[in-house]
Amino acid sequence: MARVAKLRIWRGDASGGQLRDYDVPWEEGMVLLDVLHVLQATQAGDLAVRWNCKAGKCGSCSAEVNGKPRLMCMTRMSSLDTTQPITVAPMKTFPVMRDLVTDVSFNFEMAKRVPAFKPGPKGPDGKYRMMQEDIDRVQEFHKCIECFLCQDVCHVIRDHPENKKVFAGPRFFVRYAALEMHPLDTNDRRMLLKEKMGLGMCNITKCCTEVCPESIKITDNAIIPLKERVVDEFFDPVRWALRKVTGKGDDSK
Amino acid sequence: MAEYETHEHDVLVIGAGGAGLRAAIESSAQGADTALICKSLLGKAHTVMAEGGIAAALGNVWPEDNWKVHFRDTMRGGKLLNNWRMAQIHAQEAPARVLELEEWGALFDRTKDGLILQRDFGGHRYARLAHVGDRTGLEMIRTLQQHAVHKGITVYMECTLVSLLKDGDRVCGAFGYWRESGKFVLFKAKAVVLATGGIGKAWEFTSNSWEYTGDGVAMALDAGADLIDMECYQFHPTGMVWPHSVRGILVTESVRGDGGVLRNSTGRRFMFDYIPEFFKKETADSEAEADRWYTEKKNNRRPPELLPRDEVARAINAEVKAGRGSPHGGVFLDIATRRDAETIKRRLPSMYHQFKELADVDITTTPMEIGPTAHYMNGGVRVDGEGSATAVPGLFAAGEVAGGLHGANRLGGNSLSDLLVFGRRAGIAAAEYAKSLAGRLSVDDRRVDTLAREALSPFDPGGTENPYTLHHELQKTMQSDVGIIRLQHELERAVHKIGELRARLKRVRVEGHRQFNPGWHLALELRSLLVCAEAVARAAIERKESRGGHARDDFPKPDPTFARVNMVVRKRGEALSVSAEPIPEMPAEMKALLEG
Repeated sequence: MARVAKLRIWRGDASGGQLRDYDVPWEEGMVLLDVLHVLQATQAGDLAVRWNCKAGKCGSCSAEVNGKPRLMCMTRMSSLDTTQPITVAPMKTFPVMRDLVTDVSFNFEMAKRVPAFKPGPKGPDGKYRMMQEDIDRVQEFHKCIECFLCQDVCHVIRDHPENKKVFAGPRFFVRYAALEMHPLDTNDRRMLLKEKMGLGMCNITKCCTEVCPESIKITDNAIIPLKERVVDEFFDPVRWALRKVTGKGDDSK
Repeated sequence: MAEYETHEHDVLVIGAGGAGLRAAIESSAQGADTALICKSLLGKAHTVMAEGGIAAALGNVWPEDNWKVHFRDTMRGGKLLNNWRMAQIHAQEAPARVLELEEWGALFDRTKDGLILQRDFGGHRYARLAHVGDRTGLEMIRTLQQHAVHKGITVYMECTLVSLLKDGDRVCGAFGYWRESGKFVLFKAKAVVLATGGIGKAWEFTSNSWEYTGDGVAMALDAGADLIDMECYQFHPTGMVWPHSVRGILVTESVRGDGGVLRNSTGRRFMFDYIPEFFKKETADSEAEADRWYTEKKNNRRPPELLPRDEVARAINAEVKAGRGSPHGGVFLDIATRRDAETIKRRLPSMYHQFKELADVDITTTPMEIGPTAHYMNGGVRVDGEGSATAVPGLFAAGEVAGGLHGANRLGGNSLSDLLVFGRRAGIAAAEYAKSLAGRLSVDDRRVDTLAREALSPFDPGGTENPYTLHHELQKTMQSDVGIIRLQHELERAVHKIGELRARLKRVRVEGHRQFNPGWHLALELRSLLVCAEAVARAAIERKESRGGHARDDFPKPDPTFARVNMVVRKRGEALSVSAEPIPEMPAEMKALLEG
């Protein structure tokens, strides 16, 4: 049985826009992205929306659905109150390009600033050996699909765009954590995290963890351990003195 | 005169999935100024969807495994239509490419000794796939992406190319538009690597995203390259069938690799009824033997659920046709009764998540409903076996867009390794070619003007056709007439329909303006997709036998005369031609590896 959803979609570009109403038929089993595709094919051929895999694996179709950051491909229509209008708006933290498409280049710039993975030497047989239990926690971070919903919801940059200059955001704290906790990595990024990436600005409200479609425990497993590492390094008086004497002091890895 | 911006590089890599990223990394490492172009944002290409793993004979789980066995499995899986030299190089080099990913930060699941764990997959004699749960592609693309970023490769995102440009016989760049602004852009380059993936959007039920419209295939054809084996398109046996709106989304072969079995509506494990003569010697004929194989490979043969994909897809198709299907027109894939819930969640986390979220099905307690879905272009642009060079000087192709390695049917896991092995080789070859060229390239301004005018024609007020409607009609046609099982008159009907759609596409009309306009983008991509669809249908008409991904109801058996030829598609003017041409002769020492 075809039902009709009342969609209220933000249409516009960098110069401004407004919410526009559409009535779109939908069927059982559909997700919100399906309904947008029906809308594109029948009423609004030029509706701009990013999407790729349609299975929650690529992280392209991020938007704010009834005010909540979500992947549209994983938002089942049956999970929404379809007796009421459904508002779909672009991610607020990033500048609008057109309709639901935003300029997420901030994230790609931040990615360039992450110091690269630098592995230590291989074993005597020319192979790396790592135990599964030692990589489990890093594999959790590698699940990130770069949907940038955590960046979108993070109030440090959501409400203060000027902080983007000095704050990497949850997605990149996850990335830093993945590198810092990688059993083979030898780089040390703690000074950078403290001085340039604004790790201290996060006051662990866990909004990022709540919106993560991959259920990565961003705050508990990535950000807090990184904060602890930074604290250990820079606020421990013994290490401070050691650093003064030797010019280094990293024995934590 | 068309307005456009110009960028100049030594090597232009089109497509930023596994093959494109690997090619760009290598080309850059060779000292060539390299640019990488992607239609989407970086890191969103379809490689991210690959689930099961990367096939490479590392021998970490079964020391008996080596490149020779991998070569044999690949050739037999491809029903010997493969380019043997590519299959050899692929099997020999895949292990080094996997270890290299580890050096770049990838974290594969581990064996008890701390080495890279390998899992079973269809058509592979030993557990061979390096993997990360069931999200191996994500690990691979992220590793390559981050490595490429640190190497300083120039990346142009959300850019679609509509045509290659030539200076005389050789390639000198490409022309296209920015998706965001709709403005034109021209890239000058001494060498171009195509890594644009496949054509899955031609079918209605597909595992592919919007990007897979065959742009690279169509551009190569236009530039004068040959296509091979287009008729051998791969339908993956296990896609979701319900809810309807997600029909086609991939269900990884790892479910079967990790012990899952296929059942029909009567509960029968029906794959035992579909073991072909070709694979009888290596396939278990009882459930007991099949179940023992997972832990003891020496004295037991592989379960029939792990036959190559073409065999399994046809068997499912036959069960559904015989009225023994599931409520929504598929069959049941059962892991729930075979493995405990914790193992399923650990080994197949994204499948668990996908079914829970999209279908409200808990795969640890309930069988999945699955059916075949359009998945992978086994054929593609013809390349030389060594360096992925096409027939056009300066044009290289790697990954799904290139044909030859997989023959008539690709084994699961051989795609990710293909991307790495031949992505790297194409990168080396393109960089060397670029370095060998002296003098300046010149671009034909009139050609660029024509391309720009054609690209804007969907905005002309006279048009009446809706691009979304045309696309839907094409998908319906391909689904019904160029699907898993084919017939002469249906294929002919499809060619006729595609011709009609090509004519109607000339009258397409899109609304709005050039800025991020999906309707316009689709109108342009349909030009490529229609040509690719026609190439598949025409090649399928000429191959009057059944082999690998190509099955004919009117010629149900393999025919030895067709065993020795590729169907080669060329484009001259607007017309496509098909000719049967001999496959490269395999030396005796390689033939000997196929036995046993």
